[in-house]
Amino acid sequence: MLNKIKWMLGALMLFVSSTLMAQRPEVEMADVMRSNGKIYVVVVIVSIVFVVISAYLISIDRKLRKLEKDAEK
Amino acid sequence: MKRHWWKVLGILLILYSIIFGFLGDVPKYPILHETIRVLYFHVTMWFAMIILLGTSVIYSVKLLRNENLVIDLKAKESATTGMILATAGLITGAVWAKFTWGAFWVNDAKLNGTAVTILIYLAYFVLRGSVDDSLKKARLSAVYNIFAFVMMIVFIGILPRMTDSLHPGNGGNPGFGGYDLDSNMRMVFYPAVIGWTLVGVWITNLKIRYQMLIWKKEESNA
Repeated sequence: MLNKIKWMLGALMLFVSSTLMAQRPEVEMADVMRSNGKIYVVVVIVSIVFVVISAYLISIDRKLRKLEKDAEK
Repeated sequence: MKRHWWKVLGILLILYSIIFGFLGDVPKYPILHETIRVLYFHVTMWFAMIILLGTSVIYSVKLLRNENLVIDLKAKESATTGMILATAGLITGAVWAKFTWGAFWVNDAKLNGTAVTILIYLAYFVLRGSVDDSLKKARLSAVYNIFAFVMMIVFIGILPRMTDSLHPGNGGNPGFGGYDLDSNMRMVFYPAVIGWTLVGVWITNLKIRYQMLIWKKEESNA
């Protein structure tokens, strides 16, 4: 009887402990880029690209506004 | 500046999403790693597309009640900008897929749905090109636009959710809103959607004004 209990307890602990294997290892991220400051280079470059495109949009808008004003006259 | 504040806001919001998109905190997930940040661009552009195509269909419905060529122009240009955003969304999605799923394209309901949607809207422009009379063109394309919009909702919103899919938010996968989009990401994501929508509307606005100037010139020359 005691042996049976021991066996069942052992099996129970084995099953419970197997769920711990579901833990994932640490997910790697770009911490190197962050630690050496290079991420700021990425941000600046993408921002510059976007600002240049925005400036182009603004200049088109201005030209259109000028043409519209001239057409009104 | 009173009339242009929304344009500046759009630019600033996108710039904000670029800066904080890269520098902000994001949840750490296997397979995605840092690419979860692509969400700030890929998904936001699709959202902006849906809003712009929605605007387009609203103008189309308006046109059927009041046959005005300016309304038709607005419908057409909104759809054009929507397609530009769709193309950007498709390409960014393909690049993202290459690094997370291993291929630029997979046989997936959402991906096929977006491709079909783009084809449907391209047919809208082909239809417009095939009709000479302006009012007829306006009427026909307005009716087609309504069908196109409904099909867009079906192909990218409904069907993918009903079948197996790799794409987040469909086929039983939790959407990014479900578990990944934590409050840190939401703070960048929603402003970015507004930003892309505003800039999309601005581009549409520029094209409309350009065409109206051409019409004005033709009128004064005639």
